[in-house]
Amino acid sequence: MIRFLLHRTLQGIVLILIVSMIGFAVINLAPGGPLSQYALTPGISQADLERIAHQMGLDRPLPIQYLDWLSKLIVGDWGSSYRDQSPVLSVIWRHMWATLLLMGCATVISVVLGTLIGVLGALRRYSLFDYVATVGAMIALSIPTFWFGLIAIFFFSLELGWLPAGNMYTVGDQSLGDYAIHLIMPSAVLALVNVAIWSRYMRASTLDVMDQDYVRTARAKGLPRWRIISAHIVRNALIPMITLAGLQLPTIIGGALVTETVFTWPGLGRLFIDSLGYNDYPVIMGLLMFSAILTVVGNFLADVGVALADPRIRLG
Amino acid sequence: MTDPVLSVRDLRVRFRSGGRETQVVHGVDFDIRGGETLALVGESGSGKSVTSFALMRLLPEAPRCRISGSVRIGGVELLELSERRMAAIRGPRIAMIFQEPLTSLNPVHRVGDQIAEAIRFHRRMSRSAIRARVIELLSMVGIPDPARRMHAYPGEMSGGMRQRVVIAMALALEPDLLIADEPTTALDVTVQAQILELLKDIQRRTNMAMLFITHDFGVVAEIADRVMVMYAGRIVEGGELAEVLSSPRMPYTRGLLGSVPRFEDAGLRSGPLGTIEGFVPSPDALPQGCAFHPRCPHARPGLCDVDLPDLTAVDGTGHRVRCLRASEPLATENTEVPA
Amino acid sequence: MTAIPDPARRAVFAVFRGPRVRKFMRHRLAMLGLVTIVLLTLACFAGPHFLPYDELYIDLRARFSPPLSGGHILGTDPLGRDIAARLFSAGQISLTVGFTAMVLSTLIGTAIGIVAGYFGGWTRTGLMRMVDAFLSFPSVFLMLTLAAFLKPSPAMITIIIAVTSWMEVARIVEAEVRGQAARDFTAAARMIGAPHWWIMGREILPNVMGPIIVAATLTVARAILLEAYISFLGYGIQPPLPSWGNMLNNAQQYLDSAPWLAIVPGVAITLAVTSFNFIGDGLRDALDARSVQ
Ligand SMILES: Nc1ncnc2c1ncn2[C@@H]1O[C@H](COP(=O)(O)OP(=O)(O)OP(=O)(O)O)[C@@H](O)[C@H]1O
Ligand SMILES: [Mg+2]
Repeated sequence: MIRFLLHRTLQGIVLILIVSMIGFAVINLAPGGPLSQYALTPGISQADLERIAHQMGLDRPLPIQYLDWLSKLIVGDWGSSYRDQSPVLSVIWRHMWATLLLMGCATVISVVLGTLIGVLGALRRYSLFDYVATVGAMIALSIPTFWFGLIAIFFFSLELGWLPAGNMYTVGDQSLGDYAIHLIMPSAVLALVNVAIWSRYMRASTLDVMDQDYVRTARAKGLPRWRIISAHIVRNALIPMITLAGLQLPTIIGGALVTETVFTWPGLGRLFIDSLGYNDYPVIMGLLMFSAILTVVGNFLADVGVALADPRIRLG
Repeated sequence: MTDPVLSVRDLRVRFRSGGRETQVVHGVDFDIRGGETLALVGESGSGKSVTSFALMRLLPEAPRCRISGSVRIGGVELLELSERRMAAIRGPRIAMIFQEPLTSLNPVHRVGDQIAEAIRFHRRMSRSAIRARVIELLSMVGIPDPARRMHAYPGEMSGGMRQRVVIAMALALEPDLLIADEPTTALDVTVQAQILELLKDIQRRTNMAMLFITHDFGVVAEIADRVMVMYAGRIVEGGELAEVLSSPRMPYTRGLLGSVPRFEDAGLRSGPLGTIEGFVPSPDALPQGCAFHPRCPHARPGLCDVDLPDLTAVDGTGHRVRCLRASEPLATENTEVPA
Repeated sequence: MTAIPDPARRAVFAVFRGPRVRKFMRHRLAMLGLVTIVLLTLACFAGPHFLPYDELYIDLRARFSPPLSGGHILGTDPLGRDIAARLFSAGQISLTVGFTAMVLSTLIGTAIGIVAGYFGGWTRTGLMRMVDAFLSFPSVFLMLTLAAFLKPSPAMITIIIAVTSWMEVARIVEAEVRGQAARDFTAAARMIGAPHWWIMGREILPNVMGPIIVAATLTVARAILLEAYISFLGYGIQPPLPSWGNMLNNAQQYLDSAPWLAIVPGVAITLAVTSFNFIGDGLRDALDARSVQ
């Protein structure tokens, strides 16, 4: 277990290094580079630009610049927002909770629904339910999340008036119920794609496990059906899903971005779009790096989760 | 005489896949009494496992697989039971040991829990009583330090140890009938001998009936009271152990015996049989007549490739053979065997 | 080089022959998808000739006309432009961007996958770690960042999509090639001294065409979706050039008064993406060696 964790930690660190190189390349190799926002300032001269470049250390060799940037990244100096000069990390920190709340709810919905649909589809393979679930998942994967959001707003807010069309809470009423009612639509919309993905993988994983010899052994012991399904089929079929949950993180973060835009949800996605509008590069880059690091860490946690759930890996 | 524990009549199994139906078991009859061991012998693919799964109703469900005939255990017709009632039979009435010791246990549960589970859903017993029983079972099947080993995962055990766990699991409720499907084939020779000893020992103590499946006559000779030889989904010869081993009538049985060197001194080898040429026919391409005739050194054209022989008694001991030429004198054999 | 048994060249054609074609045709959803895509493409490229309005004609008296009014089959937008006309020419852009991005990203992914799988060792480790790293970024974030730095012309958008969606192909190809590189004919080719590029291009590539075609089809679906995402957010195809994504750009503010503005392009996107996904699924059934059993 210790060796496994060390190995995975090392892999994660290597991955974060490569991620940081890609991030660095994105800023520095883009035309204009990090100076592009100054170049837009009216009346700025070439000499001014060069002076700024020198101040920022941009005339040094790229590897030096990279190491400098990386060491700042590690100690938490992610620069400060052009908009209000506050440090990037604290801006991200402020907006993170709304996104985590949204992603958390969406993840719970997708895991519960996806597992249910996947297991039922596998148990009743080739049934009408299975067919509808399969086709439904493919269509769900094809619907643009933001459009699904618009349609949901059209029906549930504008036509039926059941749910608020956006925001995280009503000004003046920040009760728990108020939060909850604002959370329903965005998390359902964000969950759609992930329910589809999760149910497909869960179906395949369940079918895989159902063919295993130990399921036959469980039946031969005379266990009741529910017990065979829960303790021997679903229990084992969920193990690869932990890895999937880690791998799906970027999808769900990307989905959160558009969902937050449509539902004016004050999270990282909104922050990203707003920062794009202001050309607030430090925040944009910060978010890009933050989401990638979050994914790497998420995958690491998923690996640990798999090891905890599967003695073959824990002890092997 | 006591009533048989298990009584199988005209058992047939058909699989359907891709719109095609394949019959794998073609009408099998046999009985097993308490304390008795019946060996079911045959080459790979002859339908032994399918027969035993059919007895336990472990085959796929209706459209994919159809079972017909009658399987009675203690007077209860198993083929008519609901899945729920059948679950109550599995464990306390019939239990099974599988061919694949490495994959028969769930890798994510501790072995002790997997044995406990076999008890928990059939008996009202306290946790501590179940625990004590699990330890007792593990030591009975020869696992050292059972109180500690019960917390191990299957992945931490060798194949032989895992097979012992499966045996402990099967014996947990002292079943009336134990089906052992090649329980030793995947294991090395010393472990094999230990496990056979263990099964014989348990049987002596509990008067359990046993259906022992194998393709190794050496194992048969050690453990069986009676033998049944299966070929292409049919019983082709059956009878008391000594009877079948000393005077096998079906050329197929003789072929199988010919591949067991231990019996050479019994004067069985009258021709250059050794191993049997050719392969078991695929269940969806069975030859007409006797299924064995294309491989049989004694097949007579115009006879064996036309009529399917019945399983007929050859003497008063219950020795039965499915061969049109079984009643012909053995002396003619040598001249007919192709060089 | 004729001495080498060449299953490769045959394999290219085998991909499209006999039972595989029939298997694909039997896949009803895939056929449905294929027909839909053909019709949609025809409509987008030929449709504008049959409509009374062109996509840029502004008619301020006819703003927000609902569908089926005044000769506007699908209604008009806030500037009174005909939505049907815009939908079709937007489709030309979106489909072209999606298709071209697929070609580009399949090329990148295939090249990287083959090299990684063929050479193995550190080459493989390095390249596949890079794939993992790229996969750690939410692709929408990466695309928007790039789009914000670069000038968003249709060509640039296409490149950006390709650069952020080649990883799946690379993974699939790498896994397939690793199996192929170990096979006899590759060893035979290496033994007679065939150069690496020759073995990769002529021996291995044709044998992994099936999975590549499947992945490519699914990549079209993905590329169309990604274009829609960034154009919807305002960083993709720029007006007045219409795309399915940017037609939805302002739809939200008129959702109450003119819902067709949102519904029509969204249906088009969903239809196109679903169709490509269905086709990909059918191709997988027909071409995947593992499913041909
Ligand atoms: N689920 C199934 N569907 C279709 N055919 C099957 C199925 N299970 C087994 N068969 C076929 O039934 C025949 C008998 O198989 P079975 O497993 O009973 O052989 P066996 O006698 O146990 O052989 P072995 O000694 O290798 O275990 C084989 O031809 C096999 O292909
Ligand atoms: Mg078997």
